[in-house]
Amino acid sequence: MLLYALRRLIYLVPVAFGVSLLVFALVHLAPGDPISAIVPPDAPKEVVDKLKEYYGFDKPLPVQYGRWLLVTLSGDFGTSIGTGRPVAQEVGSAFGNTIILAIAACLVAFSLAIVLGTAAAYAKSRVVDRLVTSIALVGVSVPHFWLAIVLVIIFSVELGWLPPMGLGPENATGWRLDWPHIRHMILPTIALSVIPLGVMTRTVRSTIKEILSMEFVTALQAKGMNDRQILFHVLKNAAPVCLAVMGLQAGNLIGGSILIETVFAWPGTGFLLNSAIFRRDLPILQGTTLVLAFFFMMLNLTVDVIQTFVDPRIKRG
Amino acid sequence: MSDLLSVQDLHVTFVTPDRTVHAVNGVSFSVKRGETLGILGESGSGKSVTLRSILKLHPEHRTRWSGSIKLEGDEVLSMTGGALADLRGNRVSMIFQEPATAFDPVFTIGHQIAETIKRHTGKSESDAWKRAKELLELARIPSPAQRLKAYPHEMSGGMRQRAMIALALSCNPSLLLADEPTTALDATVQIQVLLLIRELQRELDLGVIFVTHDIGVAVEVSDRIGVMYAGKLVELGGVEQMVDAPRHPYTRGLLASTVHGGMRGQRLEAIPGAPPDLAEVPAACSFAPRCKYAEAQCLAAPPPLTAATEGHLVRCVGRIDRAISGHLAGNARTHIVDRTGHIPPG
Repeated sequence: MLLYALRRLIYLVPVAFGVSLLVFALVHLAPGDPISAIVPPDAPKEVVDKLKEYYGFDKPLPVQYGRWLLVTLSGDFGTSIGTGRPVAQEVGSAFGNTIILAIAACLVAFSLAIVLGTAAAYAKSRVVDRLVTSIALVGVSVPHFWLAIVLVIIFSVELGWLPPMGLGPENATGWRLDWPHIRHMILPTIALSVIPLGVMTRTVRSTIKEILSMEFVTALQAKGMNDRQILFHVLKNAAPVCLAVMGLQAGNLIGGSILIETVFAWPGTGFLLNSAIFRRDLPILQGTTLVLAFFFMMLNLTVDVIQTFVDPRIKRG
Repeated sequence: MSDLLSVQDLHVTFVTPDRTVHAVNGVSFSVKRGETLGILGESGSGKSVTLRSILKLHPEHRTRWSGSIKLEGDEVLSMTGGALADLRGNRVSMIFQEPATAFDPVFTIGHQIAETIKRHTGKSESDAWKRAKELLELARIPSPAQRLKAYPHEMSGGMRQRAMIALALSCNPSLLLADEPTTALDATVQIQVLLLIRELQRELDLGVIFVTHDIGVAVEVSDRIGVMYAGKLVELGGVEQMVDAPRHPYTRGLLASTVHGGMRGQRLEAIPGAPPDLAEVPAACSFAPRCKYAEAQCLAAPPPLTAATEGHLVRCVGRIDRAISGHLAGNARTHIVDRTGHIPPG
């Protein structure tokens, strides 16, 4: 088991290398020179050249990539062109904020989806099934940024129940687990969870429905198992498929929703990426993308390893 | 001796918003302890539906049962919920056609046998596993201790079916239902599994209902055979009676259409036509449209089940020559010898 995880970890090395190449290339393929974004348009040429030399933009691309990779591997993501602070610090705190929101959205979406999807799959009346299917459809189809704005209008502007933006109370620093902070999370969590809720509800429903039609469920009934015991069998069978989709959905959430974080001014990775793009802040862009890609890889690895625990048919070879 | 199971005038109807299917239309039979009843029929004849009705395994909200199924005097059709679950796998258990799909793929064989034992006997985890190991030995599975920890996909088809038999016997049932348990297996494995079921049946004095579409298998395992067509028993009798003197044209057709070594070069006889649609309750003999002996009275009303000889019931009013031609009986016999001739020693 440990060996399997280790081997999968080693397989990630070439993938990670590819990701780094891609991240580097994407940034340099995009038009626009980061230096011209930070200097005033009338800056003397020698100043611009000096800055380019300082940031290493005067070297050929392969050299820039090599240098960037070496420095990055040593844990130094460079300094932000926009703020002048270390990228690692900026990305770190943004990433933490995004994770908090992503975990909350995952908890809400996945637990609701499992309950709704299972209920729909088991439902004998078509009404319940149709209702849940409609909820799922709405979940995947409603533009979540639009929903976010509607939520703000209703609950913040009209009713004044919940704060419309920010991480927490104004003078607070960082996130803490207390009511003032949780109040700020409620609306973004709802807005962020609609898509995974829709996707997961559909997945859970169809997976369980398929499993319920299998012969072994009849065989379980034939040996006198009660409904609760059969549900346990069904859920364990549904777990591999659902876990795979959950992993992907969680990955999307951790990528941080640029739109949701922008609407709620939530200082996460999406928000950071958004401002970095507008400021042509290359180090931030690269650092964030790299951290996210790395996290995505780790998440998939975790899901794969858990799957081999749940489903013995998946070979660990 | 009183009957272990007594089925009287069983009707099973499946009702969905779109259509109604009259799958079983008045089936009556009984099984004694230590006796094997073979139910023979083609797909859609209602043989599996009849078998599964004994455990009420059809979705409750879509199935209408009527008639009576009595197990040692207890009415099964009126049982629901907990009482029904207490019966299933305990007093009556079932072997399925496809052992690859009848086991839950994500639990070990041992877990699946042990959970059944715990469910019905209240034994502790370790006692249940001990019993599971004994059961695998009983089903002649080599190295049972390792097999307990195996997942279904790690075993061969024959081994899985043996494990399924072990599971079915886990709570000492008095009645074993076998739903085409050898159809999915290779020919040689088929015979081994058949022999195992027959041996265990004698050893444990079980009542067995064995559903199959394979006439050779039915003759091999059964004491009595019932032939089903369009949701009704058309003929029921002892193996000898059925093979030597089949009365119903359909039974004769089935016997005549089997392949066996003695008829090399001959043309295989087939029953023309297809079974009827069961959307409506048959108002005449269901086999009449395919029967070469059909007469006016066959279409007038459904024929009753009448006793041709002692213990031999036939649902046919036709005045066809009921004396059986010698070659038919001889052929069926040859066929059986052919099959058993392949039994590997031990």
